[in-house]
Amino acid sequence: MKNLKKNIALMLLLAVSFSNAQEKEKMNHNHDKMMTMKGDTKSEAILSDYFNLKNALVTDDSKKAAELGAKLATSLKAFDKSKYKVEEQKELTDIIEDATEHAEHIAKSDIGHQREHFKTLSKDISDLIVITGTKSTLYKQFCPMYDGGSSWLSTSNQVRNPYYGSKMLKCGKVKETIN
Amino acid sequence: MKAVKIIAIVLLVAFVGIQFMPVERNQSDGVPKTDFMLVNDVPSDIKNKLQVSCYDCHSNNTQYPWYNKVQPVAWFLEGHIKEGKAELNFNEWDSLSSRRKASKLRSIIKQIESGEMPMDSYTLIHKEAAFSEEEIQQVIKYMENLKDSL
Repeated sequence: MKNLKKNIALMLLLAVSFSNAQEKEKMNHNHDKMMTMKGDTKSEAILSDYFNLKNALVTDDSKKAAELGAKLATSLKAFDKSKYKVEEQKELTDIIEDATEHAEHIAKSDIGHQREHFKTLSKDISDLIVITGTKSTLYKQFCPMYDGGSSWLSTSNQVRNPYYGSKMLKCGKVKETIN
Repeated sequence: MKAVKIIAIVLLVAFVGIQFMPVERNQSDGVPKTDFMLVNDVPSDIKNKLQVSCYDCHSNNTQYPWYNKVQPVAWFLEGHIKEGKAELNFNEWDSLSSRRKASKLRSIIKQIESGEMPMDSYTLIHKEAAFSEEEIQQVIKYMENLKDSL
């Protein structure tokens, strides 16, 4: 009987710890080449969400970054690839799918993870604008320290590092000017 | 003392009762051609490690030792399998594009490096799934090389 009680207590403990663990977890239809290379409203919306997200990471604001990650995921899903060339569409689908996954992770992670995902997301967004183009002038910036060297995009040529935030705000340099 | 006895009996009945609740088992026949091990040349020790440590939640086949069939362990596991497969399913590896593979490999490396995967709650009951320091380095090196070869 003593053994049985011990067993029951053990199982109960197990059950409680598991349920705890689970809770914790918890437009523009222009086919003209010139037009498409200047971006469209959908791709500009993606870019705008991306820059807001980047700024939230610069200010170490994880909560805001999470909200903006969710917003970016929505904008990515709304992207319309139909007006692009067939061979571009395949790559666009690929980019959007990958970027959406990273944006969704940013929506539910702590700041360390958000920055990890932001690195790959930045690569996706850079590849995206190679195809869609954009109407604004952008700066590709680079920090050699974060994760063996990491890039991001900015609308300003002043370096504000989204991977380190206040810890190393001005670490990095402009590597490329787009447009 | 009597109250303790009654509580114990109630719990015992509940514990037995939940064993009869239906569970969806993550099991399927055969391994699809897109499986990670089939499309990549994986050394046998790494193959073994991935199979034991990752495939229970990241493939279409879970090995179910007896304790994984006991409730509430099975429920706990079921939730994680669902979530795990949504993140990464080794069985469907080759259906991913190079970009997606690189993304997944990056996440695999980060998760193993930081010790977040395999999960503590899993290695607690499944000791052989835990990674030694040496195994961590070995698997990470393999994944890095694979990422660079994409």
